[in-house]
Amino acid sequence: MTNRTIVHLEINGRMQALDIEPRVTLLDALREHLGLTGTKKGCDHGQCGACTVHVDGERVLACLTLAAQAEGQAVTTIEGLAGSNGELHPVQAAFLEYDAFQCGYCTPGQIMSAVACIREGHAGSDDEIREYMSGNLCRCGAYPHIVAAVRQAAEDLTAHKQAAE
Amino acid sequence: MRDFSYFRAGSLDDARRAAALPSAMLLAGGTTLLDLAKCGVTEPESVVDITHLKGLGDIRVDAQGAFIGALARMSQIAEDAGIMTHFPAVSEALWQAASPQIRNMATSGGNLMQRTRCAYFRDPATFPACNKRAPGSGCSAIGGVNRNHAILGTSQSCIATNPGDLAAALVAFDAMVHLGERSVAVDDFFLLPGDTPDREHAIEPGEIITAITIPASPAARRSTYLKVRDRQSYEFAAASAAVGIELEPDGRTIRDLRVALGGVATKPWRARAVEDALRGKTLEPETVQRASLLAVEGALSSRVDQGVGRDGNHYKIELAPRVVARAILKVGGVA
Ligand SMILES: Cc1cc2nc3c(=O)[nH]c(=O)nc-3n(C[C@H](O)[C@H](O)[C@H](O)COP(=O)(O)OP(=O)(O)OC[C@H]3O[C@@H](n4cnc5c(N)ncnc54)[C@H](O)[C@@H]3O)c2cc1C
Ligand code: SF4
Ligand code: FES
Ligand code: FES
Repeated sequence: MTNRTIVHLEINGRMQALDIEPRVTLLDALREHLGLTGTKKGCDHGQCGACTVHVDGERVLACLTLAAQAEGQAVTTIEGLAGSNGELHPVQAAFLEYDAFQCGYCTPGQIMSAVACIREGHAGSDDEIREYMSGNLCRCGAYPHIVAAVRQAAEDLTAHKQAAE
Repeated sequence: MRDFSYFRAGSLDDARRAAALPSAMLLAGGTTLLDLAKCGVTEPESVVDITHLKGLGDIRVDAQGAFIGALARMSQIAEDAGIMTHFPAVSEALWQAASPQIRNMATSGGNLMQRTRCAYFRDPATFPACNKRAPGSGCSAIGGVNRNHAILGTSQSCIATNPGDLAAALVAFDAMVHLGERSVAVDDFFLLPGDTPDREHAIEPGEIITAITIPASPAARRSTYLKVRDRQSYEFAAASAAVGIELEPDGRTIRDLRVALGGVATKPWRARAVEDALRGKTLEPETVQRASLLAVEGALSSRVDQGVGRDGNHYKIELAPRVVARAILKVGGVA
């Protein structure tokens, strides 16, 4: 008899029930069981950041999280970032504007990480952005453009927040 | 990764009972456990998730010191205002460790229990010989590629480095590890490899780290963590130093000094010889540099005899004292 468990996750605002083996990581649950392939598998060992998603609003690595551990929690992936009308999130828009990628494989992880990095208040200077984005490797070496995009998005989001207050 | 059963513990007693079963393992942030399970290094039959236990995630700092619950995340500890003020070395050790994502996941308890990054240890399929993983099988690193291996506290059986940054800071400031019924000084919690490198921590099956406490001290309040590594971020230490200092009212005589090294030893390494040599001395570069050489007293490097330019970890013998001296001068306000 195979060992299975039912896991309930709120993925991008929608409750989902999964019937999976307990060893299934959140990354494999998203990609293999839910068809959400925007979240990438780079190293599968916590070393590259390609699998970055938000769990209850915090950036984590889906490859080192068991889906079962996230029972009942809210997961946001790159697919859930844009507005319902398809309007891009300011960080997505900035990545396009600044050409912050080459092959694009690391990009979903970079963007998810950047959204959190800005929200945490760790995008105050280029050095701080480099330090707090260091968990996302880019094999194409698009780093200068990534830093520029994060800086721009941080400024846009702060201006937006101030305007709203 | 081998299949396992998953159990979400509802209480500490629950968790202790479940974890005492053979082949059961506690799961906190999962950043060591799942990584090594995928490597085939750990093969739990059951995994006991303790992340939903209540009351184990608190961080409190008062005049006596710091209380850090075992489930407090690395990112929370690093950014805690009390820790930043009273134990800057602890905060700095944490924000310079791993990545923001990992720090959001990893817990203080799991952090102390993290395993070595020895590449042979992590690759059982290619390198069957590893005394830490398979007692008695030999050591692939001795005579192998050992640039990242330890120069202090090594044995004939194992030269693997303890990679923890937090642990080095805790050892410098005499922290205690609490295991429910009993407590252990953090320096005694980590074991030297000796003939039993498979045994790394003074913890028994079924025991759970519940908290870490650190006594307050003027040296802890004036402290720093200096980490030198192959790249500037998201990398383990080639050599690091947790240093705290207390000066006499004259502002230049050293009253108290704490020094611990990371990245160079088989366990977080308190450098008491450096502390003793400098207590009562004047804080000035030459004295500090000379005393810092005592940090690597008895160090053994593991050169690779065959092959050109394979100098193993010999560079750490020169690097470590420099890191110590730089950290002392920095925290003392001299450099
Ligand atoms: C890519 C990468 C880079 C890293 N870089 C660094 C770095 O630069 N510096 C650094 O210090 N660390 C680094 N780490 C290691 C990281 O800090 C540890 O993996 C993490 O702290 C482990 O905590 P966890 O909560 O995820 O533990 P888990 O993986 O959940 O558990 C680890 C072990 O501890 C046991 N355990 C967990 N909690 C308890 C408890 N309360 N009581 C008893 N046993 C327990 C588990 O059974 C398991 O055996 C890195 C890790 C990765 C993957
Ligand atoms: S150094 Fe230790 S962990 Fe590495 S191969 Fe040798 S015995 Fe194993
Ligand atoms: S795939 Fe998760 S960090 Fe690389
Ligand atoms: S764009 Fe190719 S890996 Fe980053």
